[in-house]
Amino acid sequence: MLIPLSWLSEYVDITLPPDELAHRLTMGGIEVGDVITRGGWDGCVVGYVRATRPHPNADTLTLCEVDPGDGPPLEVVCGAPNVAAGQKICFARPGVTLLNMHTGRREELKPARIRGVVSEGMICSEAELEISDEHEGIIVLPDDAVVGAALDDVLGDTFLELELTPNRGDCLSMLGVAREIGALTGQQVRVPEIAYAESAAPVSELAKVSIADPDLCLRYTASVITGITIGQSPHWLQDRLIRAGLRPINNVVDVTNYVMLEFNQPLHAFDLDTVTDRHVVVRRATAGEKFTTLDEVERTLNSDNLLIADPAQAIGIGGVMGGANSEITPATKNMLLESATFHNLNNRRTATELNLRTEASLRFEKGLRPELAPIALRRATLLILETAGGVAAGGIIDVFPAGDEPVTPVPLTVARLRQLLGMDLDIARAESVLGSLGITTRRTGPDSLEADPPYWRSDIAIEEDLIEEVVRIIGYDEVPTTMLSSPIPYHQGNEMTALKDELRDALTAAGMQETISYPLVGPDDLARLNRDGHEAKPLLRVANPMSAEQDVLRPTLAASILNTLAYNQGHNDGGFRLFELGRAFIPQDSGLMRNLLPVERELVAGVMSGPRYDANWLSGSDSLDFFDLTGTLTTSLERMGVTTLYQSADDPLFHPGRCASIAVAGAQPVDVGTVGELHPDIRDAFDLGTDPVIYFELRLDDLLTAARGEENAENRFQSLSRFPAANRDLALVVPENVPASQVQRLIERVRLVERAELFDVYSGENVPEGTRSLAFRIRFRAPDRTLTNEDVNRAVNGLTRVLEREAGATIRG
Amino acid sequence: MTNFRALTRRRAAAYNFVPTIVLQNAIVSQPSVESPSAASIATLTNQALKELDAVSDPDGAEQWRVSYLGRRGQITGVLRSIPQLDPDQRREVGAQANQAKNALEEALARRIRELAEAELAAAGALDVTLPGRPVITGRLHPTTQIVREICGAFIAMGFSVVEGPEVELDHYNFEMLNIPAGHPARDMWNSLWVDYVNEEGQQPMLLRTHTSPMQARVMEAQDPPVRVIVPGKCYRYEATDATHEWHFYQIEGLAVAEGITFANLKGTLYEFARRVFGPDRQIRFRCDYFPFVEPGVDMSISNFVDPATGKRPINRDEDWIEIMGAGMVHPRVLEGVGYDPQRYTGFAFGMGPERIGMLKYGIDDIRHFYRNDVRFLRQF
Repeated sequence: MLIPLSWLSEYVDITLPPDELAHRLTMGGIEVGDVITRGGWDGCVVGYVRATRPHPNADTLTLCEVDPGDGPPLEVVCGAPNVAAGQKICFARPGVTLLNMHTGRREELKPARIRGVVSEGMICSEAELEISDEHEGIIVLPDDAVVGAALDDVLGDTFLELELTPNRGDCLSMLGVAREIGALTGQQVRVPEIAYAESAAPVSELAKVSIADPDLCLRYTASVITGITIGQSPHWLQDRLIRAGLRPINNVVDVTNYVMLEFNQPLHAFDLDTVTDRHVVVRRATAGEKFTTLDEVERTLNSDNLLIADPAQAIGIGGVMGGANSEITPATKNMLLESATFHNLNNRRTATELNLRTEASLRFEKGLRPELAPIALRRATLLILETAGGVAAGGIIDVFPAGDEPVTPVPLTVARLRQLLGMDLDIARAESVLGSLGITTRRTGPDSLEADPPYWRSDIAIEEDLIEEVVRIIGYDEVPTTMLSSPIPYHQGNEMTALKDELRDALTAAGMQETISYPLVGPDDLARLNRDGHEAKPLLRVANPMSAEQDVLRPTLAASILNTLAYNQGHNDGGFRLFELGRAFIPQDSGLMRNLLPVERELVAGVMSGPRYDANWLSGSDSLDFFDLTGTLTTSLERMGVTTLYQSADDPLFHPGRCASIAVAGAQPVDVGTVGELHPDIRDAFDLGTDPVIYFELRLDDLLTAARGEENAENRFQSLSRFPAANRDLALVVPENVPASQVQRLIERVRLVERAELFDVYSGENVPEGTRSLAFRIRFRAPDRTLTNEDVNRAVNGLTRVLEREAGATIRG
Repeated sequence: MTNFRALTRRRAAAYNFVPTIVLQNAIVSQPSVESPSAASIATLTNQALKELDAVSDPDGAEQWRVSYLGRRGQITGVLRSIPQLDPDQRREVGAQANQAKNALEEALARRIRELAEAELAAAGALDVTLPGRPVITGRLHPTTQIVREICGAFIAMGFSVVEGPEVELDHYNFEMLNIPAGHPARDMWNSLWVDYVNEEGQQPMLLRTHTSPMQARVMEAQDPPVRVIVPGKCYRYEATDATHEWHFYQIEGLAVAEGITFANLKGTLYEFARRVFGPDRQIRFRCDYFPFVEPGVDMSISNFVDPATGKRPINRDEDWIEIMGAGMVHPRVLEGVGYDPQRYTGFAFGMGPERIGMLKYGIDDIRHFYRNDVRFLRQF
């Protein structure tokens, strides 16, 4: 909404500089996005074109004799097609600084020889004055402009560009903003005159209105004016509309727009002679009914759209746009002026469905008070009589089905003010602030009052609304600043939130970089993961995606993190260790329960690929591999008190034979996820280079269950033995199909074994075909004594027997 | 080969015994040829110290020790001869001779240490400027860091963290927040709707446009008092640019109890602003509109030029920077969850951690956050 201060000041005295005014409005809730100043044309004046003649050397140029008001006429060359003798124009003398249309810069205007004739100045277009981009023709000023007057005084203005919140539709009007300024600066608001001379003939004899659907049309008022003359509006009216950003059309339509900008009430004028039986019927459309709006577009309606009709046909869409069949034309003599109140949500739906958000619907959808309709009607009737002549019928038509119901006053008490704001405000202060906003109040007790919601505000219905009115005008700085003093409520700690934080800390400490990505992926991403092309699980899609590449709520984090890896490989060198904690979405429509939200499964996924280290002088630069990731996971989860078990698994996502399920050790191992080297096909589908890509995904709900069990079972202090340990290295020859973890478990189960560490894996020469050598460093310790050599030997012998029996292992000679 | 490091350790032990041995010997020793004097002891000491300076290896040091402090050494000889002196000289010369012996022992120890240090330095000097052995660490995503910092400020004020669903029902995202279907205020939140139509032909699910639905969910699940903070992802159907993302985080706060006032809201947010943006921070409120609060406000933090540095604390050319919306919980929201709005009052607020991170760290484009370029992520 663009508010020209030149127009606004008709309703309230503006006592503050524009920037200060904008600040005060913004603090009070009417945000001023920008203060735009038009003017600063020092040296430009109103000129008068006394005569014109063709340029001797150019067909498209005109030589003009311009009277600058303070000296002899000057000869000026003008290229605009619309220049003519007798015009008042914007004249710039040499020496003035203006926008040069050729260079795009502000430059000093110099006398110039144009096709052999010296031009002693310039007649300006809107573009040169930086009012708009319009450069086709010059600006023609109204005839009453005083020749020689400074252009700043004629065309200059300051505009407030408002960014309104939806509740303050009242400030889509000059009077709304004026009332706001009145309250903020202590100025009186001047409401324009609305009384006019009425003829003896009552309006009821000239036209009739019926409301068939009072749920959608709350009030319909109308006046009738006969014998009007359609023509151009007076200059002042056109000028104001233009400044506010509207295009003048004719005197009647301009008045309806003017009053809309003045009072916020949209109005519509019908050519009364086109209305069958002079009877307006407000009714719902029939489903599929066709109607051609003013913009010559035929629209198909549904039965929730409200029409303004006559007994024969529709003549307008209520509160949205009128019809071509009943519009005001140059030939119109008699008119019916509509000022109605439509149901805001229905109006909004119709405008949205028809994709026709007009200035009218923009106001109706915010909700207008029915009390406003007759006031604006009278104001517009008055101005039409002034600008288009004619005679107004006696009285107005006023169909107001709910009109008998009194408006409920809104209460306000000092106690509630204190309860809500935490400050003491006496009732007189509240009364005075509300009064400054034009709100009528009455005392209902020593510390209470009631207020009548004013006819221009539709956002004041409850006590809290009044409290906001009071505090926003006095300013929030006046409210004290105090700490909460109520008791701190008890909340059960959120285990999942805590687990996620712990995991993030553990993984970052172990070298992984956290990432966060969009949870929407595309069908292509999922196809790349689905190597077998097997039937995809049901997915949750977005009905109105931002793009086709982001229309599925991800069922896995894999696509996201692989894309993140691909992006980084394209922008950075080096190895990557990335993880993300996020949600996967699994629809759960049982068909029985309605509106069942999807399961949002918390996952952590991660990926490693590329050289293990950046090039350096101490370590090699092998590629990160499977064991880098399992090592990282084991360490990270261990830090959280969780012991992990890996077991060979099959998953089409991974390289055959290089995939493991991850379980949490415990009485009942709990499967929590998968880790593996990405299948080369998938790696290539995501364009992830030639190094192995290792990926894992853990389900946090399962991890939480497992970790909870672990804590109860094992998180107990174990006393530290005071006695020394004995180490023995043992090389075992084991059949190839026996997993190392099984051998390790067997060893660690033996009495006195404190710990076993696998330090060598070997197959090849000296080791029989089908077997491999696993070398363990085994630490023995007793809690209560120093072990003797014999103790250890006995333990090793026992160990050897167990390993032979359970795993077919032999000691390597 | 003996080295000085070994020598220092051995000597340190040996010297503890030397004086005792010397004194025992002195009692049974033979008389000396010359009578020592103060002058001769001083000359001898100076000569010994001069010679010690020239010593450069363990063997030389041992020779020097034998020559002066050994059983037949010159200082030892002086000490042995003291019993032969006149009783009146004995005390003075004896004291001086003992002093000389101590001084030489100390000088020897010092010299050996010096030589040992020089030997270490010569043998194993490192180029200490070589890069260290690489240890890989990761970092938390900047959003995680900011969310933690912000939540931490509120946790310190008795708030608890709760989380909620990202796919939400229209009912919680809008209806329960006093934003009925078709209400013009819905224009404030362009939504991404889930492609799911229920039996009534409605599309009831969307990606939540704010964390505010958790206000209703939390209050439905418990009786007052409530004091929670809700971090989480939100989504809007919006074109992205340097300051807009369609996917972003929000942190919602809600406190409801008897006696909670707007003054408490100011106090709580003032404390938050100081913790996150520094102790000199001022805050300011202006009227704003959110359908689920009344009165509704927008909070700004001060960003005045610091006279000491001539700079603004936040690198933006504004005295005040808006960082969040807030207000007193609307009575209709309280009624909707079955709280009595005449008895209970509360405040709610919501802020974007990315924006706060951008202000704190001077990040110029919100799109950096979820592009996940490690060059960006590693800066935090």
